[in-house]
Amino acid sequence: MQMHSIAFDISHTLAGGLVLISLMMLYQDRLYSLLNVFALHALVLSLSVAWQAFIQDAPHLYVTAVIALVFKAIVIPVALHRIVKQLGIHRDIESAVGIGPTMLAGMGLVALSLVLMLRVTSDADPLAREDLAFALSVVLLGLLVMVTRRNAVSQVVGFMSLENGLVLAATGAKGMPLVVEISVAFSILIAFIVIGIFLFRIRERFDSVDVSALDDFRGERR
Amino acid sequence: MSAVALQMVCVAGLLGLAALAIVLGRSKISTPVIYGATLAVSVFALAGALRSLLGGAADATTLTLPVGLPWLGAHFRLDALGSFFLIVINLGGAAASLYGLGYGHHEHAPHRVLPFFPAFLAGMNLVVLADDAFSYLLCWEFMSLASWALVMAHHREPGNARAGYVYLVMASFGTLTLLLAFGLLAGPAGGYGFAAIRAAQHTPYVATLVLILMLLGAGSKAGLVPLHVWLPLAHPAAPSHVSALMSGVMTKVAIYGFIRVMFDLLGQPSWPASVVVLFLGSITAVMGILYAMMEKDLKRLLAYSTIENIGIVFASLGLAMAFQANGLKAAAALAFTAALFHALNHSFFKSLLFFGAGAVLTATGERDMDRLGGLIHRMPFTSFVVLVGCVAISALPPFNGFVSEWLIFQAVLQSPELPQWALKIMVPAVGAMLALAAALAAACFVKTYGVTFLGRPRGTTAATAGEVDRFSLAAMFSLAALCLLAGILPGLVIDALAPVASQILGGRMPAQSGQAWLSIVPIAESRSSYNGLLVMVFITLAASLAVYFIHRLASHALRRGPAWGCGFSDATPAAQYSSVSFAQPIRRVFGTLVFHARDHVTMPPPGDLRPARLRIELHDLVWNGIYAPIASAVGFSSTRLNRLQFLTIRRYLSLVFATLVTLLLVLAIWS
Repeated sequence: MQMHSIAFDISHTLAGGLVLISLMMLYQDRLYSLLNVFALHALVLSLSVAWQAFIQDAPHLYVTAVIALVFKAIVIPVALHRIVKQLGIHRDIESAVGIGPTMLAGMGLVALSLVLMLRVTSDADPLAREDLAFALSVVLLGLLVMVTRRNAVSQVVGFMSLENGLVLAATGAKGMPLVVEISVAFSILIAFIVIGIFLFRIRERFDSVDVSALDDFRGERR
Repeated sequence: MSAVALQMVCVAGLLGLAALAIVLGRSKISTPVIYGATLAVSVFALAGALRSLLGGAADATTLTLPVGLPWLGAHFRLDALGSFFLIVINLGGAAASLYGLGYGHHEHAPHRVLPFFPAFLAGMNLVVLADDAFSYLLCWEFMSLASWALVMAHHREPGNARAGYVYLVMASFGTLTLLLAFGLLAGPAGGYGFAAIRAAQHTPYVATLVLILMLLGAGSKAGLVPLHVWLPLAHPAAPSHVSALMSGVMTKVAIYGFIRVMFDLLGQPSWPASVVVLFLGSITAVMGILYAMMEKDLKRLLAYSTIENIGIVFASLGLAMAFQANGLKAAAALAFTAALFHALNHSFFKSLLFFGAGAVLTATGERDMDRLGGLIHRMPFTSFVVLVGCVAISALPPFNGFVSEWLIFQAVLQSPELPQWALKIMVPAVGAMLALAAALAAACFVKTYGVTFLGRPRGTTAATAGEVDRFSLAAMFSLAALCLLAGILPGLVIDALAPVASQILGGRMPAQSGQAWLSIVPIAESRSSYNGLLVMVFITLAASLAVYFIHRLASHALRRGPAWGCGFSDATPAAQYSSVSFAQPIRRVFGTLVFHARDHVTMPPPGDLRPARLRIELHDLVWNGIYAPIASAVGFSSTRLNRLQFLTIRRYLSLVFATLVTLLLVLAIWS
């Protein structure tokens, strides 16, 4: 019983940490720091997944944890670092909405997902409930990052952190099959590659990865 | 091989022919090969369907194919009702193929028609065979799309693109309502097989919704007013033998769908439902024929007349529902049999008339009646068979139209047995509306025949027209013979329909085979009876004797004298009655109310040599009152929503985000 309670506390802490790091992403106005926070995000995710693997005694979750660690915490941030360096945009400040309103909106979203999830899943396992609530917060915060940023690289980061939320939800709910996890991981990787290629193409064409350049090109008023 | 497997083989053959037509493309031999093979397959399928209807079709045969939804499969079933409609479809298909053997040679783009013609037939066959909601909807949509492709065969002709568009919109709308109807029938458990739907209990609430949805879905395909708008646009736009199929046969497939759901799947009908069906049916009958009366385009007139006949069939089905709801099995079987009989008859004479219109179109290139006239001299055989069709559709004895309408009126006369006062009052009113429609139909076809075939030619093309080819004539003559046969031997048809009535209603009309002199007796000898054979013999004898005595007692010689020209010495053909002038009395009586018709006469002042002009203003109130507002509302909102297409990526993301958060908020507040 005591053991169970410790297991619960630790997974709770890790999931809560994930939400906290998502909130940290919201106020990073430099790309490098955003990427570092994202790497931290993926690291905590992999820890959380590994802990789930340990307490659920589900060895295949270790594979997920390793995938998260290798790809999301190391490969993708490093690659994005290189892209940012090659594009020479590491000095850009690019949030479309101010930090204050964004943080307020983020807190509102966390509150919303907690209220919603705890109420909807009232008869579920408490661990899964809280896990789902945190996962939904992470997903919503990832979307918020995508919405409040102008720069394509930071939108990619928002997308990746959203996907981290999905993985968190799936592992907490005991039983996403390994095939699905691997395919999700690969689709994220492919999305990353495609988006990376597009970033360079956009850069070549417009000398900027600010997506407003695309809008100007389409002749839109904003 | 079971009966349903045989029909599926025929369907596969038709689909194979569609593929073959694509392979053959524009080659010379494709027209005779495809139509010939379609004819053979249709005759084969017809024979199979006849055998299963006449040879004890009480035991339905089923077939399950491992396609479609993985947990459902595709179920097909052939029962008495299905056999009857397969007969209608394949008879129409065989006649249209025979006609197409000749008519197809005049087709300037056969590669646009040939692949879709067998596919369309296959689609209609499949709808009737389908035994689960998924296959039904799939086949229904296949049928709609194939016929849409045929409507668009001559897509460069003015108006055809609009016809195709309106048809596509209405067909999608109809399929949507059918989808919802089947969803309701299947219920939350999702039993999409017809057997499961039949076994389930349906609440009155569901039954009412299903009735409304079926009236919208099947009604839009069949042409119930006010859902008929696509019919007079799309049916004439297709090549004539396809028009015959769409008007004569595809509308019957819609009726099949209505019967299958309302009588078979939903179980016992309720009497308030029958009030709705009776009302819509009678309104459709009168409106359809009034529209036809105002029309001067031959094929559009025939399409409007189809709407009238669909109204008659629906009114009769409404009667059957009313009787069935009150447990009056014999009267219900009478009304139901009359409805099926009329559907069969309509497929005969409407196909015949569309073939005739196609023959006129081939010979003269005209569909406008006011440029035709005098064709009886140039096209004697076509004129004869079209006359047969006109007499049959006007419900005159001894042809088949009379028998089915007479049976419907016999059913109307059973209305005093109904316990509900609403029905007691309404059914005679419906009978009066049907009688009005029948009388107007007669007037309409007098106009059609008189203006097109009699009098003097109003144009050079009509004056130089020639008779059409043998295949077309063979198709028309065989349909005319069927009209006569069904008219003088109605007892055979009624007895053949008995298994259908007993399958659907659990009751049947009394057997007619034992009646003396091939009479038909719908209820009892003391009430009423009709003998088509005797009527024909009498008409033939009387007419022959009259002709004999006139020739015997007057003169043998053919004399031609000057026609009285009302004081004009050199009357031009344009001075003849035109279709517009023939319709004028009826336009005066009904048109002011129904079409807001106005006649404007422009008289030149004295001394001016300009001719006086008559301009007629007609308003289609259904289009202006229902469809035009919907179209403008859709146009307005899409212009407004168009801005959504040009947002920035970030705004799109914000929209998604806002929607998600809103939905979550709703959930958080609601739960």
